[in-house]
Amino acid sequence: MAEITLQDIIQPENLVYEKSKLLTEKPFHYCPGCGHGTVHRIIAEVLEELGVDDRTIGVSPVGCAVMAYDYFDVDFVEAAHGRAPACATGIKRVWPDKVVFSYQGDGDLAAIGTCETIHTCNRGENITMIFVNNGIYGMTGGQMAPTTLVGMKTATTPYGRMPQWPDGTPNNGFPLQITQLLAQLPGTRYVTRQAVFSAAAVRNCKKAIKKAFQNQIENKNGVNFVEIVSNCNSNWKMSAVDANKWLQDNMLPVYPLGDLKDNFELIKK
Amino acid sequence: MGELKLMKGNEALAEAAIRCGADAYFGYPITPQSEVIEYLSEQNPYERTGMVVLQAESELAAINMVYAAGAAGKRVMTSSSSPGVCLKQEGLAYIAGAEVPCVFADVVRGGPGLGTIQPSQADYFQNTKGGGNGDYRNIVLAPASVQEMADFVPLGFELAFKYRMAVCILSDGAIGQMMEKVVLPEQKARLTEEEIKAKYPWALTGRKRGTQHRVITSLDLDSARMEEHNRHLQRKYDEVTKNEVRYEMIDCDDAEYVFVAYGSSARIAQKSVQLGRAEGLKVGLLRPITLWPYPTQAIRNLIDKGVKGFLSVELSCGQMIEDVLLACNGRAKAEHFGRVGGIIHTPEEVLEAMKKQIIGE
Amino acid sequence: MTEEIIIAGFGGQGVLSMGKILAYSGIMQDKEVSWMPSYGPEMRGGTANVTVIVSDERVCSPILNAFDTAVILNQQSLDKFEDKVKPGGYLIYDPNGITHKPTRKDIHIYSIEGAQLASDMGNSKVFNMIILGAFLKVRPIIDNKNVEEGLRHSLPERAHKLIPLNMQAVQVGMDNIKAEN
Repeated sequence: MAEITLQDIIQPENLVYEKSKLLTEKPFHYCPGCGHGTVHRIIAEVLEELGVDDRTIGVSPVGCAVMAYDYFDVDFVEAAHGRAPACATGIKRVWPDKVVFSYQGDGDLAAIGTCETIHTCNRGENITMIFVNNGIYGMTGGQMAPTTLVGMKTATTPYGRMPQWPDGTPNNGFPLQITQLLAQLPGTRYVTRQAVFSAAAVRNCKKAIKKAFQNQIENKNGVNFVEIVSNCNSNWKMSAVDANKWLQDNMLPVYPLGDLKDNFELIKK
Repeated sequence: MGELKLMKGNEALAEAAIRCGADAYFGYPITPQSEVIEYLSEQNPYERTGMVVLQAESELAAINMVYAAGAAGKRVMTSSSSPGVCLKQEGLAYIAGAEVPCVFADVVRGGPGLGTIQPSQADYFQNTKGGGNGDYRNIVLAPASVQEMADFVPLGFELAFKYRMAVCILSDGAIGQMMEKVVLPEQKARLTEEEIKAKYPWALTGRKRGTQHRVITSLDLDSARMEEHNRHLQRKYDEVTKNEVRYEMIDCDDAEYVFVAYGSSARIAQKSVQLGRAEGLKVGLLRPITLWPYPTQAIRNLIDKGVKGFLSVELSCGQMIEDVLLACNGRAKAEHFGRVGGIIHTPEEVLEAMKKQIIGE
Repeated sequence: MTEEIIIAGFGGQGVLSMGKILAYSGIMQDKEVSWMPSYGPEMRGGTANVTVIVSDERVCSPILNAFDTAVILNQQSLDKFEDKVKPGGYLIYDPNGITHKPTRKDIHIYSIEGAQLASDMGNSKVFNMIILGAFLKVRPIIDNKNVEEGLRHSLPERAHKLIPLNMQAVQVGMDNIKAEN
């Protein structure tokens, strides 16, 4: 039997997956199993499919995705911690015809940047906001996030997040339902919660992200907000497979998937 | 010749922004500079020139809007007063690190903390020495009249884009709130997208297909590259220091003793010079217009010409005096005189301080 | 010539706009001028004042501790500024609502029944122009035609039809000011 060479395999008819042209050659620095890489890929594919790469400006956060600009082949500005929505507002207001998106984690969007998040949504800026929620601070080494689940152990809640002490005294507070909160604001057009732990979830997530960009391109106002419930296997101290299982068992009951608001109308469940 | 008007300093600053073709103002109200955003809102520049005016949710949000819109190549500005400028320091450090052009005004009030809403010059350190983190500088222009409030806006944008850095217009409650004659320039057109792309290839306008995408960031975890970036910034600041020092001298030709004062203090010290000259004292005034870069050489030249002493007159407990002392480097006497808490020194007490502290009996 | 003036009264009496018209009139007479209001909480609470300087030279400090002339429109302002008039200077006040009259002997004191005269004219809004007229009678630093020009510049276009009424009020102020010492 003739030996099969690499050249025999690399043939157009054998192609099952192609990396988006809008992702650069730079290898991701994300931990294996992390959701960021998948979310990046989806965004790049969507921008490519929409053909807006030459008028897109991204805003990267502080957190694990701080260097997102290295991976996307579109113009990017790197924001201070929590300020990505303000940055996106600044750009969109002076360049209303550009496609502007922010990309943030839970600490960035829902703790230090809550003020910017709420007011950007409340003004109804015509932008797309991507929010990756894994319930923990990744880059700084696994501290409690506003979205950390009750009882979840982190570097700053080593005995588990305890909203109140047994005697009722306030302690770590409660998981912040920021996405529900934003859906209540009249300035948000489209609010959805997605995930990337399975192929089916990825497909749904891509549809949502595409819609969030299409809405921006077709309209003049209204924030398009996509939360992605994701994992942090490194700081959750689990294998990637276990982390995705844990996410489904523990995160999704608190942060259920699906659209919360469409075309400025709340979706009743 | 433009249009002659009677305006508040804050209004002149706002009108000058519209007329020089600024693209956006992002701000947050604070006394004594709220007239800037009120005037802009009343003038509706969105209809006049397409300029965007947005009242942000905080000074933090406003400066970060400025940061990103400046990174996108637009002429953007903000303004605030002392405690608000503290909040903007985060964004200003990013602006310095990422080399984004912008103009911001600090209409200074007394501090520390909430302090007072009355005029002060106690933000000299905050603006000239850098209030944010890292080794950086902002160009600081100090208007001493309503006219200069208007003139320094287009000048500020020119310098900001020439050097890709922030330019501070360091004013105070007196200059911001007072009305004076001002001659306004003709309306200039805002730059078009094509002009911005041609003039500022670094600006984030959406990367052209087949070209490298652009990134505006202050982050680089590679130590060698970060060192080189810092060296590059310092070389740029050296260039600014070489080219952009501005100051005014009044009655300094034969002076033996010189007041050093900027902004509203300079106006008072100018009167002190007149009073002193009437008494036969050989006094003059050096008015720094750029507080960074500082007119260090001008002070040294005065010492070479025989000036024996300097009095730094400031509405603070003594901040600019440090730069005067550095310039003197022990070769001439220099001391500080100033009133604080919203009290403005009189020309008479300034002259008296010069006699007592510098000239001696 | 340099005239340093404080105008002080209640918010709503037209103190700031009177100062602005005076400053604009000064510009029309080719003078250097400055207009510096009190600002902050006190202007909401009650008293309002503005320092106006009209001079042949560039104005130095816009904020002063002593004045050539004080125009006083309520008791609080009289209490606050009577002592701040330079010896030999001028104090002009409206006796309406004044319970303790000015007492200094080393300054010129005048009164003008501005509120009463405005009411007689049937328009309380011309009150500040009556006061301005009274001031200009005592301190004739600006010609009437330049006051008219100053009004034209400081009033919005839609109010220009009121300029004759305002100039009439200036004249009423000039005709009715009384020396008190």
